[in-house]
Amino acid sequence: MSFPLFPEAASSMARTVDYLYLYLTAVTVVMTGLIFAAVFFFAIKYRRRSEHEVPKPIHGSLMLEITWSIIPFIVMLTFFWWGAQIFFENASPPANAIEVYAVGKQWMWKVQYPEGPREINELHVPIGRPVKITLASEDVIHSFFIPAFRIKHDVVPGRYDTMWFTATKPGRYHLFCAEYCGTEHSGMVGWVTVMNEGDYENWLNAGGIEGTMAQQGEKLFEQLGCSTCHLLDQQGGRCPNLRGVYGSHIQLSDGKSVVVDDAYIRESILNPNAKIVAGYKPDVMPTFQGQITEEQLLRLIVYIKSLGAPGAPVASQSGPAARPSSAVANASSRTANTGGKL
Amino acid sequence: MSTALQDPRVVESPNYLNQEYGWRSWLFTKDHKRIAVLYIISITVMFFIGGLFAGLIRLELLTPQGDLVNSDTYNKFFTMHGIVMVFFFLIPSIPATLGNFFVPMMIGAKDLAFPRINLLSWYIYIAGAIFALAAIVLGGVDTGWTFYTPFSSTYSNTFVITAAVGVFIAGFSSILTGLNFIVTVHKMRAPGMTWGRLPLFVWANYATSLIQVLGTPVVAITLALVGLERAFHIGIFDPAIGGDPILFQHMFWFYSHPAVYIMILPGMGVISELVTCFSRKAVFGYPFIAASSLGIAIIGFLVWGHHMFVTGMSMYASLYFSLLTMLVAVPSAIKVFNWTATMFRGSISFDTPMLYAFGFIGLFTIGGLTGLFLATLGVDVHVTDTYFVVAHFHYVMVGGMVLAYLGGMHFWWPKITGRMYPEGWGRFAALLVFAGFNLTFFPQFITGYLGQPRRYHAYAPEFQVLNVMSSAGASVLGLGYVIPLIYFLWSLKYGPIAGNNPWRAKGLEWETTSPPPTFNFEKTPVVTEEAYAYAGQSTHEKVELT
Repeated sequence: MSFPLFPEAASSMARTVDYLYLYLTAVTVVMTGLIFAAVFFFAIKYRRRSEHEVPKPIHGSLMLEITWSIIPFIVMLTFFWWGAQIFFENASPPANAIEVYAVGKQWMWKVQYPEGPREINELHVPIGRPVKITLASEDVIHSFFIPAFRIKHDVVPGRYDTMWFTATKPGRYHLFCAEYCGTEHSGMVGWVTVMNEGDYENWLNAGGIEGTMAQQGEKLFEQLGCSTCHLLDQQGGRCPNLRGVYGSHIQLSDGKSVVVDDAYIRESILNPNAKIVAGYKPDVMPTFQGQITEEQLLRLIVYIKSLGAPGAPVASQSGPAARPSSAVANASSRTANTGGKL
Repeated sequence: MSTALQDPRVVESPNYLNQEYGWRSWLFTKDHKRIAVLYIISITVMFFIGGLFAGLIRLELLTPQGDLVNSDTYNKFFTMHGIVMVFFFLIPSIPATLGNFFVPMMIGAKDLAFPRINLLSWYIYIAGAIFALAAIVLGGVDTGWTFYTPFSSTYSNTFVITAAVGVFIAGFSSILTGLNFIVTVHKMRAPGMTWGRLPLFVWANYATSLIQVLGTPVVAITLALVGLERAFHIGIFDPAIGGDPILFQHMFWFYSHPAVYIMILPGMGVISELVTCFSRKAVFGYPFIAASSLGIAIIGFLVWGHHMFVTGMSMYASLYFSLLTMLVAVPSAIKVFNWTATMFRGSISFDTPMLYAFGFIGLFTIGGLTGLFLATLGVDVHVTDTYFVVAHFHYVMVGGMVLAYLGGMHFWWPKITGRMYPEGWGRFAALLVFAGFNLTFFPQFITGYLGQPRRYHAYAPEFQVLNVMSSAGASVLGLGYVIPLIYFLWSLKYGPIAGNNPWRAKGLEWETTSPPPTFNFEKTPVVTEEAYAYAGQSTHEKVELT
């Protein structure tokens, strides 16, 4: 019967992690081997030959103690250094990464693409391009784990986390929830499909029947009544104008300032009084805590993001959130043009 | 057999066992040795309850489909296995049994400093255990032994508060034992028993006691907060009402990482005793082994974040925790090297306790080194929350701690009961435990790196072969646990009379009768030599601990 002893390596990071793992394994084998050999050798060579023998005492050796403290520690520092490098790289998504949004919910993964498609327990990504996933949880802590990519990140309720990877090999790979999350924890599994560039574009174009994420967010923005106060392109409303705010520093009423990012927008929707923009009154906006899902929140954020960043040309309202590269921009604008019809 | 029963030394010499009879003489005893026996019985019961859950887990995992029990039941199995084993077996195991019995004897004291508090700590343990067992009988808990929020505080529909109350109560038992040991070691050493002459088992229990006293209150507070959050929704851990679920992990691991040193340090103390006795030789590097116990106890409080590298904790915090975790491995390495060096030019016998010590040194080395995989940030991201962690943890806790406990029980059984266990069966069971253990847990390193997540009721079919190996190993391991239980009970009546010092071991506990008299020594011993002076008082320079 054949069964795997080593996992498939399908991301740019996988081989690096494997090399470090093999280095650690080699050190472990050598050290364990030395200890086992010494114990065996001493046990046989110095076995008790007579009930009355009393060996001479040996009380220790400072040189030996120093040697076997310092050398292992130096070896461990190499583990630390190499491990930290990988960790840093894991934590720094490239600026041109494709964005994907994933929400963990007892017991499924809900994935949305800015271009519009949505799926459950499936993730489709192109080969050779960095993909950044923004993670959110609807309930308890989950953990987004793709063994073939050697990456994992906890999905913590109440905030956003991100992870990224570049897939290197077409195929279907396990997606697991790695943090125990209740009854069907072991059923919270799915598949990651790595596709060639062209296949991925076709797949993207075939999805998105409800328009892009930004369009879905815009619809929500109106349904929830946000648009009645957050007037766009008009100053002096009861609530701040949201065009062009994403990514900017804004002044708060308590004198501090904050960068408008996903976390700040999320907080402002769920707990509007937490950080009031200077010049506006508190207690004007109601909380949406409990009335809006994490997926809807992400759509609103993508919509607000699509309203443009400071200093950048203002994107059209129906445009997609992010245009990391021309290929996706083309793909998504096609989706946008035919939005609602596919 | 009948000659043994009629042996006048056992029947007639007054000892702690025949001093008084009847259940009252046990339940109201203030004798540290009788309390140790009460603990041995209690934790053995808990060990086999925890083991039963382990057996059921391995039975379910024979097949990839979740087909033996449903998911909720499976989740309760691994939760109850963890809670019972960690809080009601591993934490009290050596300190409350062998420590309780031998710490006073090894320093030449009549008892612990506070005998009544010692008995109280057993009653508190029993009260905690009753709550934990009640949680099982009422319907179980499904949070995992780690009680992660917000699942435990908001989402789980099981008996979380009952189990948490049990763990909360048992914590006080641990605190009181630690307090008792600290005061005893400071104040009750016999004349001449200087700090530099303390047996290493005493040093290890002393270091453990520091962690118990300083760390346990934190887990008590944490679990109390989980209970309050569940009952009153006050918003500590639940983000929907302003709490932070990661705060729980910081608080929980602030105790629970040092707690793994509560579990392993006393085991290391046992191994120091076994290696010296069965090499019949002074320990190599006494001051380094003693100081490394304290080093582990102190640095152990600074590494908790290595359980949380993928939670999105600050990158710089992760670097700090990774580096300090490397540092805490150094004192453990020092111990392993010194034990091995102690055997050099010794007179080594292969009695059962030494077989367990061999096993410990090998398996703890693997357990410790695989811990470094988890401390290495880039690798931890892949292997955390997989079976790799399960394998690592069991190599330390079973391959290390349980082997040390079994080795210690065999070593001191003749002193505790006055009887020898059957040596042949002892060696056979030690080999079974070693073989069964490796067959159970080694494959889990491989499934872990392949990516099998822990706490999975059903798993991907390609992991099956390795899981079948694990389950097969678990049955061998189980047999290896049951055999000693049987022959220990058998030896109480039929075991050969042990005599005062069957191993020709050094240490004050071997200078008194077996079983010892109620107040341990006929008259207070005076210590004139260093620990492990197998060759008599050494002509070498005295070992000094500075």
